[in-house]
Amino acid sequence: MFDFLKTLDRRWIFLAMLLAVSLPILAQKTFPEQPTLHVRNVFQKIEDLPEGSTIMISFDYDPGTTGELGPMTTALLRHCCLKRHKMLFLTLFETGSPVIDQAIKEVIEDEFAELELKSGEDYVNLGFKPGREVIIAVIGLNLRQAFPSDHSRTNLDDLPLTKNIVNLQDLDLILDLSAGYPGWKEWVQYAASPYGIPFAAGVTAVGAPQAYPYIPGQMLGILAAVKGAAEYEAALGEKYPKYRDPKLNEGIRRMAPQFWGHLLVIGLIVLGNCIHFADRWRGTP
Amino acid sequence: MNRETLGWTVVLLIGALGLFGRAMSKPEGMGKVYIKAVRIAPDSPTDTRTTFTKVEPKDSEAIVSVPRTVGVWIAALGTLAIFSFLYRDNVFYKLAESVFVGVTAAWAMVLGFWESIVDKLLRNLAPGLMRAWALPGLSDKQEPNYLYIVPLILGIMLLWRLVPRGAWIARWPLAVVVGTFAGLKLVNFLDADFVSQIRNTIIPLIVVVNGKVDPWASLRNTGLLVGVLSSLTYFFFSVEHKGFVGNVSRVGVWFLMVTFGASFAFTVMGRIALLAARVEFLFNDWLWLIDPGDKRPKGW
Repeated sequence: MFDFLKTLDRRWIFLAMLLAVSLPILAQKTFPEQPTLHVRNVFQKIEDLPEGSTIMISFDYDPGTTGELGPMTTALLRHCCLKRHKMLFLTLFETGSPVIDQAIKEVIEDEFAELELKSGEDYVNLGFKPGREVIIAVIGLNLRQAFPSDHSRTNLDDLPLTKNIVNLQDLDLILDLSAGYPGWKEWVQYAASPYGIPFAAGVTAVGAPQAYPYIPGQMLGILAAVKGAAEYEAALGEKYPKYRDPKLNEGIRRMAPQFWGHLLVIGLIVLGNCIHFADRWRGTP
Repeated sequence: MNRETLGWTVVLLIGALGLFGRAMSKPEGMGKVYIKAVRIAPDSPTDTRTTFTKVEPKDSEAIVSVPRTVGVWIAALGTLAIFSFLYRDNVFYKLAESVFVGVTAAWAMVLGFWESIVDKLLRNLAPGLMRAWALPGLSDKQEPNYLYIVPLILGIMLLWRLVPRGAWIARWPLAVVVGTFAGLKLVNFLDADFVSQIRNTIIPLIVVVNGKVDPWASLRNTGLLVGVLSSLTYFFFSVEHKGFVGNVSRVGVWFLMVTFGASFAFTVMGRIALLAARVEFLFNDWLWLIDPGDKRPKGW
């Protein structure tokens, strides 16, 4: 047994992980979530803004990280729609446009169809512009310099929502859904810090540890990966009882496979250490 | 046929038979996408154009969309092809990887042409032509801005690298890019990552809220300060790490280890989240084994 474990083919570990993740998804069980301080700060900011406030949401991710950032995108957009905030969407990722289109379709057009939110009046999709952080620096001074028109090539001056917006300083809040570079850090450097615009981010798990030192001075809070999304969904459920239904909460659903996956990793780390020390104790070369 | 090839042939055959059986065992099948026709301008009495939008199978007007159904199957088989690399590099993985790289490169190229060359450069150099050809929404007030000839020339100079002679010409625009970017980055980095980060560390060690000491906030602030100072000490090599300095730097190492541990744990969380999303896609959208969003009729 000891020798078998010492030379265990890593493909058995892959298989174990697949089972640890798949079985909870098939069982469809969920765990209760409690919003933590950083998530609650973001939620409270959106909640406290007066109805009709203007929020810019930058979708700095692509379909490859939708598994992590998709649930929080849905939750944040849902909250903005519930509060009837005006939304400006953009992306600094070349492959980010499809995720904006999908979010608009699923949340604004389907889930909140009864609100009849109109493009140009209630939300504007600015689309993608190449230039990474230079775009943030430019729109900090003049939005039209980088985005003279929206995604469908309509002039910003002809849209009721954008005709009075000159630059980022006219916004009430900036949210960044970030999967790397350019992402939350560039928004801090070129928008939040120089102009003092309220800013919060939803980040992938890999990027989360680097973001914490910027709270609360330069960021209101962060939604760290799928756990942050689940906590945001829980906060939304506390305030709006309709959203306590697990069927509507993708983030909360994904926490069960997280739990079992993490348990497996912890078990493997413990097992690996036991084998290592047992090996040393036996004096195996 | 060697033993391993035979084994994989059997596995693939069982998988195909399983899919076929699953598809045939229920009249509604699986892995289908439904759409319905909706009017583009429902309020207009004259504009009767329609478009197709994705709907849930529950919708009474829903019809199966063959192209979108094929899309789901390609996505599912592509996912399995990528996962197959976990066993060993193989032809299915290579095919899926090549398709992914090719599609992404093509997407970026097309987007670069429309968003940079057309929407930034040509729109400013020849607005009339662009209004007639590609940008009908372009304002009549837009005048040509001939300053954009400068980036046009720099762009052409940059592409000079591809010409066998005179490759040095490409160095000039590159110098402009590097210089501009360095200047832009330096100022904002100093503000956001240096000055502001130092300011974020200047915090009260004893936090008093409503006349009472908040022990948790005080502990958090103290921990933050100790962590910053000890970690900085670890990277301070002008003094030998012995005695007091050595002890403080050892505390710094512990803080760094905790940070690396947290980073590793977050990475694990991220990877599991991505795996869970793909597995949920396979079980829900493709195989119809689960219906977490309650989108299909009961019994499907």
